[in-house]
Amino acid sequence: MLISRRGVLAASASLAGLALLPMAVRAQDAAAAPVQTADEMIAEFTGGADVTEGDAVKLTAPEIAENGNTVPISVEAAGASEILLIAAENPTPGVAKFSFGPLAAKQAAATRIRLAKTQDVVAIAKLADGSFVRTAANVKVTIGGCGG
Amino acid sequence: MAENVKPRVRVPKTASKDEVITIKTLISHPMESGQRKDKDGKTIPRSIINRFTVEFNGQLVLDSTLEPAISTNPYFEFDAKVPETGEFKFTWYDDDGSIYEDAHQVEVS
Repeated sequence: MLISRRGVLAASASLAGLALLPMAVRAQDAAAAPVQTADEMIAEFTGGADVTEGDAVKLTAPEIAENGNTVPISVEAAGASEILLIAAENPTPGVAKFSFGPLAAKQAAATRIRLAKTQDVVAIAKLADGSFVRTAANVKVTIGGCGG
Repeated sequence: MAENVKPRVRVPKTASKDEVITIKTLISHPMESGQRKDKDGKTIPRSIINRFTVEFNGQLVLDSTLEPAISTNPYFEFDAKVPETGEFKFTWYDDDGSIYEDAHQVEVS
């Protein structure tokens, strides 16, 4: 495996923040594989369109998650065709994308996700008129769920 | 390679026309994120379910793309409309190419 100088720097930077968590080693590995950043994923989802903050999309997440391995969350956006979920501080920022068909009674879904550390979980919904709304919820994570 | 993958789905057996029903699905799967190391320090390759779809009589209810941030044993809960008697079809797509399916009949009275 190639270890770039940048990867090592990034890893040591996260090491400073994360003390002895094995996450730092993992972050270094993630840098070796092409992983889309949160901004890239959002740009791909919106096609460069403006994203406004709004309450048209609702994101329900616990304020404190003791175990980052399973954090229950739910999103709802009335009339949305798609909802994108992102956790930017995870080694791979993507979480899920929901596309709703004609038989979805509500444009809502609930699932359980992994969070590597305390961070904002972001939901972006594509509404029926083609505009994008964004909301975020901060989740404090006691034990990181970095794939473990 | 995921083993013992078992889908579990909870769907009501009967519904009235156009009733909104809540569906819960769970599938046992390790969802190996590709971030973990084994005891020799080697990265365990990613092996997750990357897509999950729900259809009713061929019409789409939900199509979701999953990333490694989805927890082990992926769980989903959502609401669907039932316009007529028919069958819900659930499909999970694994990274390794496997496809897991489940189907549930709903009677509209």
